[in-house]
Amino acid sequence: MSTANPTAKKSHNPNTAVILSILLAGLGQLYNRRYVKGILFIIIEVSFILTLGRFLNLGLWGLTTLGTLEGTDHSVILLIYGLISLILIAFAVTLYVVNVKDAKKDALRIQKGEKPLTFREAAGNVWDKGFPYFFVTPGLIMLAFIVILPLMFTVALAFTDYSQYNQPPRALLSWVGFDNFSRLFFETGGAGNNIWQDTFISVFTWTIVWTLVATTLQIALGLFLALIVNDPRIKFKRLIRTILILPWAVPAFVTILVFAAMFNDRFGAINTDILAVFDLSIPWLQDPFYTRIALIMIQTWLGFPFVFALFTGILQSISKEWYEAADVDGANRMQKFKSITLPHVLYATAPLLIMQYAGNFNNFNIIYLFNEGGPAVRGQNAGGTDILISWVYDLTFELNQYSMAAAITIILGLIVTGFAFFQFRKTRSFKEEGNL
Amino acid sequence: MSRKAKSKIEVALIYLFLAFMAIIIGYPLLWTVGMSLNPGTSLYSAQLIPENWSLVHYKWLFTDPSSDYLIWYKNSVIVAVANAFFSVVLTSFVAYAFSRYRFVGRKYGLYAFLLLQMFPAMMAMVAIYVMLNMVGLLDSLLGLTLIYIGGQIPFNAWLVKGYFDTIPKELDEAARIDGAGHLGVFFRIMLPLAKPILGVVALFNFMAPFVDFLLPRIILRNPENFTLALGLFNFISNQFDNNFTRFAAGSILIAVPIAIVYLFSQRFLISGLTAGGTKG
Repeated sequence: MSTANPTAKKSHNPNTAVILSILLAGLGQLYNRRYVKGILFIIIEVSFILTLGRFLNLGLWGLTTLGTLEGTDHSVILLIYGLISLILIAFAVTLYVVNVKDAKKDALRIQKGEKPLTFREAAGNVWDKGFPYFFVTPGLIMLAFIVILPLMFTVALAFTDYSQYNQPPRALLSWVGFDNFSRLFFETGGAGNNIWQDTFISVFTWTIVWTLVATTLQIALGLFLALIVNDPRIKFKRLIRTILILPWAVPAFVTILVFAAMFNDRFGAINTDILAVFDLSIPWLQDPFYTRIALIMIQTWLGFPFVFALFTGILQSISKEWYEAADVDGANRMQKFKSITLPHVLYATAPLLIMQYAGNFNNFNIIYLFNEGGPAVRGQNAGGTDILISWVYDLTFELNQYSMAAAITIILGLIVTGFAFFQFRKTRSFKEEGNL
Repeated sequence: MSRKAKSKIEVALIYLFLAFMAIIIGYPLLWTVGMSLNPGTSLYSAQLIPENWSLVHYKWLFTDPSSDYLIWYKNSVIVAVANAFFSVVLTSFVAYAFSRYRFVGRKYGLYAFLLLQMFPAMMAMVAIYVMLNMVGLLDSLLGLTLIYIGGQIPFNAWLVKGYFDTIPKELDEAARIDGAGHLGVFFRIMLPLAKPILGVVALFNFMAPFVDFLLPRIILRNPENFTLALGLFNFISNQFDNNFTRFAAGSILIAVPIAIVYLFSQRFLISGLTAGGTKG
């Protein structure tokens, strides 16, 4: 078609436009006689280089060397500059690619002889095409600096030697590759020397047990209560539901601290008021086993109401016809539960239930507030009830083992990614999104 | 046994179990109330039902010159309002773009949100601390609020996007025929129809500063800048048995309003979460 077009300009070469715009953003647009756009691109590029060039240079240098002058260069700040530089460069590269693509597109239009857009049309076009980007940008900037940059920093930290004895600005950090990870997994230097490995194994196994047992218990209790309260023979449903939802409504940090006091070995209400009746006194905060039991009970108490409320909503939405049909078929109660209720409930709430597991996996609050991860255990540098995340907190803020903490954080992140992957598959709309 | 009798026993067992649950739920809560009414400060001598109960701790919180309780309340409210407002604005922008437009990077953005919402803020604490220190926002409410606003985006954008998806596209198209632009559709169609989920987001973000203690603990240093949760935690973290009764009184004063809000809005919160979270 384009050959028949009288305004077509064969001489106008898209490749020239592409090459020019690669040389300097905006040149290609000038070649296309889109002067305003070209000048805008040039201004953006030049000001980017002028204002940020030195910063980027410093940042990239800092990122590779982490500083060279002991006492003057601050490795941590250089590292952050370096990461900010990376983010800025990523933005710049994106803009550059947009510039090249735009130059090529315009050049093709001119070659085919399509009527060039007026400035107004072009501006409208930018508004239309760019609209989602404009709307996402404020959130994206916040996200880049408050969530993504800190995560990048943590990842970077795991490959350095930042510890209590090697802290900037006194000392310089250096890149150490996978040393921290191999310390964590393989260091077996004989008696007392494999403290990291021992601690990691015991913390990791407890984290898994904790996540599975506490979450499953809270889901099971929530489901059971939702079922019995939903029974048509039960009266005062509103009142019962209000009471059952109370633990969710009261701020968790308050109840956890209250429980910590109640479980206190010497003067807590559990030992002095309740167990004293049976002449028992359990060392709730001194013996890791009992602390774990207490934690699981408390988390069940805290966690079931949300699941209960969730399931109650779903139960009410299951059509009665299903059950009537099952009655006709002569199904008993267990069969109805297994084939109708459970699939409905689980299907509708799967993503939220996975979130419950992920939430307990990272449930720092309860572990820390109840007994600060304690009681202490011989031969390891985490308490007897520390889960990965509370161990990371201790390593960072108590022991100042920043790099090891970051290495553990990466492992934690990988596991969380596993949860997220599971979540993707369970979230319905992602299947729909797949077809787009 | 007849069927009727069996049913009666069953119902009785259910009520019995529910009564048991009510005791388990009620005991710690009532115990806290009892503690807060004890005139002494020590947990040793405190009684569940104090013989000579008094409101001395409540009075202390409000009137004692060395009590910062009202300052903490004020701080928490400031952070909560700012967090609720800006979170709703930012997330609804992001969610609108992700729900209604197809653009480069959209799908990866969605994956990223789903992944990032699972990462607890803890994972990045060191960096947040160092960065706030660099820009001079450590120990300030502004710094705390910024971190809250940025950190909530992945989860809430996902939630709101899920809700926006349930609003029929035909409404947008009709509005566009009537001459509404991108912004017109957003302000005249999406925002009014998404009020329930925006309410959920606002409420969650309003509550967060009242119940979160970890982030304030890392960021805030000066007791004059504390939020409620951190201030209360400090009542007992230093001298455990000394101030527990005071802690109990202070906690009740925030737990009661929060619990009332949650109880009244729980249906609305849960349905918002299911709608946004599972369809999202």
